[in-house]
Amino acid sequence: MTCRILQPRATGHSPVAAFVRRALSTVVAVALAGPAAAEMRFNFPEPVTPLARETLAIHNEFMLIITTLFVVVFAIMIYSMVRHRKSAGHPPARFTGPRGALQWFWALVPFAILLFIDFVLMGIPAVQAIISMEDTKTRADMVLKVTGMQWKWQYEYPDSGIKFISTLSTPREQISNADAKGEHYLLEVDKPVVLPVGKKVRVLLTSTDVIHTWWVPQFGVKRDAIPGFLRETWVQIEKPGIYRGQCAELCGKDHGFMPVVVHAVPEEEYLAWVEQQKLAASAAAGSAERAWSRDELVAEGKKTYDKVCVACHQADGQGLAPAFPPLAASKVVNGPLLDMNGKVIPGSHVDRVMNGKAGTAMQAFRETLSDVELASVITYERNAFGNKMGDMIQPAQIKALR
Amino acid sequence: MSIATTHPADPHPGHYQPAGLLRWLTTTNHKDIGTMYLTFALVMFFVGGAMILAVRAELFSPGLQLMQPEFFNQLIGIHALVMIFAALMPAATGFANWMIPLMIGAPDMALPRLNNWGFWLLPPAAILLTLPFVLALFGIGDGALATGWTFYAPLSVQGGMGIDFAILAVHILGISSIMGSINIIVTIFNMRAPGMTMMKLPLFAWGWLITAFLLIATLPVLAGAVTMLLTDRHFGTHFFNAAGGGDPILFQHLFWFFGHPEVYILLLPVWGLIPHVLATFSRKPNYGYTAQVYAFIAIGILSVVVWAHHFFTAGMPIPALIYFMFSTMAISVPLAVLFFCWIATMWKGAMSFETPMLFAVGFIVLFGIAGLTGLILADVAADAQYHHSYFVVAHFHYALFAGGIMGVMTGVYYWLPKWTGHMYSETLGKWHFWLTVVSFNLTFMPQFFLGLAGMPRRIPDYALQFAEFNAISTVGAFVLGLSQLLFAWNVWSCVRGGPKAEGRAWEGAEGLEWELSSPPPHHSWETQPVIK
Repeated sequence: MTCRILQPRATGHSPVAAFVRRALSTVVAVALAGPAAAEMRFNFPEPVTPLARETLAIHNEFMLIITTLFVVVFAIMIYSMVRHRKSAGHPPARFTGPRGALQWFWALVPFAILLFIDFVLMGIPAVQAIISMEDTKTRADMVLKVTGMQWKWQYEYPDSGIKFISTLSTPREQISNADAKGEHYLLEVDKPVVLPVGKKVRVLLTSTDVIHTWWVPQFGVKRDAIPGFLRETWVQIEKPGIYRGQCAELCGKDHGFMPVVVHAVPEEEYLAWVEQQKLAASAAAGSAERAWSRDELVAEGKKTYDKVCVACHQADGQGLAPAFPPLAASKVVNGPLLDMNGKVIPGSHVDRVMNGKAGTAMQAFRETLSDVELASVITYERNAFGNKMGDMIQPAQIKALR
Repeated sequence: MSIATTHPADPHPGHYQPAGLLRWLTTTNHKDIGTMYLTFALVMFFVGGAMILAVRAELFSPGLQLMQPEFFNQLIGIHALVMIFAALMPAATGFANWMIPLMIGAPDMALPRLNNWGFWLLPPAAILLTLPFVLALFGIGDGALATGWTFYAPLSVQGGMGIDFAILAVHILGISSIMGSINIIVTIFNMRAPGMTMMKLPLFAWGWLITAFLLIATLPVLAGAVTMLLTDRHFGTHFFNAAGGGDPILFQHLFWFFGHPEVYILLLPVWGLIPHVLATFSRKPNYGYTAQVYAFIAIGILSVVVWAHHFFTAGMPIPALIYFMFSTMAISVPLAVLFFCWIATMWKGAMSFETPMLFAVGFIVLFGIAGLTGLILADVAADAQYHHSYFVVAHFHYALFAGGIMGVMTGVYYWLPKWTGHMYSETLGKWHFWLTVVSFNLTFMPQFFLGLAGMPRRIPDYALQFAEFNAISTVGAFVLGLSQLLFAWNVWSCVRGGPKAEGRAWEGAEGLEWELSSPPPHHSWETQPVIK
């Protein structure tokens, strides 16, 4: 589902008053119950990959070092603030720097300690961690390709040809506070990535529009997905489970609404999942060959629209002016479908959906959507939101246009 | 070197002296211009603060209550630009205008008309930054810059006209800063009192001198980067478009080549003024003057060679990661020199804790947290977790609020008696200090934990496990914001009246500025003092 935000509920109360009431009650609750009652976390979540374990160990060591530095340095300062006060009758000294070998020695000791901390205590584990972070290729068992797009993730398994889009599944009523929020509010998707436990997965990242960042805290992995470039990282999950993360780079309107959910399963379960996905894919490919009725296409197209298009163009097809134009009564959508020879007309509806529009958020869906999805969503848009073109385009026609 | 010629005492016969608004529009007097900079900074501080209080209100609890994500994104980016370019930098320039001529025994800034122009570029730039919000109310455009203050391409190529407004505002602000910097460098190099060698220059002037060089070195790079962005947006160039042979990461390199030194641009003037306050209220000369000067220079140089630590997660070769990590860690050495000298200046002094001293000590402790967390952020592996998260948000607010804004407040309380001739209310000042310190930590300490737990920055809504810390942070932010009204009130009443301040307003204060009356005459040091 998407995240076009609803206006405050009409409950008879003013939304501001409701907000203030909720604010007050939360303050009181937090103040009374204190941190003990709340599920507050003061450190990284439990690590489940070698990288995450290494990062947590480094982090804990660093926190110990900087906390010690903080306490020692400011204990000295506070001692001075207590003892060397005018009101305590302390006469001011006049020294302006170290005098003599002994004072110089004591003035330089802190810097020797600091250099040791920087380049040995912190530096050596840091360099080791960098080398293991960047070692994406050695003994990699499989590849997962992650493509960021506004505002969803596409996952691709090049070895088995599986490819799908994963979007937020939190209902918009929860986001607008009309419904109670579920346990995994904003961290749940319609179709999670499935990865085998114990295998080294080389993760390749790219993007189709702006920069996104793929982040799963429990994996110790955060890497940017950059349009036009491939970046890589790796995960080797040690424990079955469901791991949740989010896009971490501001990528526009719904940046806060594109979670990452990974299901880590034992290998046999993973292989079964792969087989099932392949079957579903071949069934879909078969259906692309046959002729579809317009009603079928419209029904199928609505599903794709609600998943891929609705964040910008909105459920009612009205868009969000001025960045995201309306589809309802749009000249492009209500224009001709194809030219006389069955070819794409530049700037037409089919062209926009397949090839995008440069310089705008409208991206090319040629590679990311299947023949059925493209044909159905185009047909749907031409026959919904008050558009009454009455025409349709077949998956087979899309295939021919590619 | 100094200029030997001085003006005779000038009673201004026939001198054109307009009154009212025209006086402020046409003034070339460094004190008037300093006052205008500081007033502008205070106003914009509240503008930027109001924006972020709206953001914190939205983040008080999960779900979207007050605003749409688009508007949220605009607020966070404009908040940062306003606070950095329209509050903190003008405040520092205001200090420089007021104090550098007084401290170095110069009659005025070297280039008074440039000075006037430099200030009057600011209001139009501030209007450009905020106007898109107003235009959007009338249905024109889609609001202000919504990319965060970093303008990252290609998001900024895709955005609306708010981005063009912000690009032009940054250009104007940059021109203003470069003019101010040229003025400060020329003044310090040429107009010091006879006998004031560079190694007798007050530390505040040294801090500003390094800042001015950094501004001149790096602002043109930012100007270039945003101009390339502008042509990518409107004239079909492909600097940052991979499909056209460009590179989105190039933008990040250019931006942070400016952006990292910018941190020190904001902080060096503060590091310059803190030792004056510590020495005054410890009644003891500064410890390690020479070491502090060299630390300023070292930090200035290091600051332009570490930029890529702002985007380790974008991916770069291992040698680059290691280089940027260690060069960043190396900054801890000159910074530690400063901390060492600050504490050694207090050591065995005869301290008293008036408001400026309280703020200076608060600055040292809280800025210490920024420095130490900065040290661990330099580590590439740990940074992979901290980066883009609330940990970074907390870190840079400890640097720029506790380090920058509280440093500026130290300076305001310290010099306010000099500027106005009145003492401010010590009671209100102490209330302001304690409320600020407590609510600041209440606001930003929880954000460290939010970041560690996995909350990304710049999101308008969040998962349920982040709710408690966000609620606490919002409460802290509102107390923090409201307690700044005490500051504004205290400053305003001090301008209006109060107990008479002496020329040497503080018992232990040393330096040329304290040789003058409080307030100093409109034209001061017309005969330059001679330093022995």
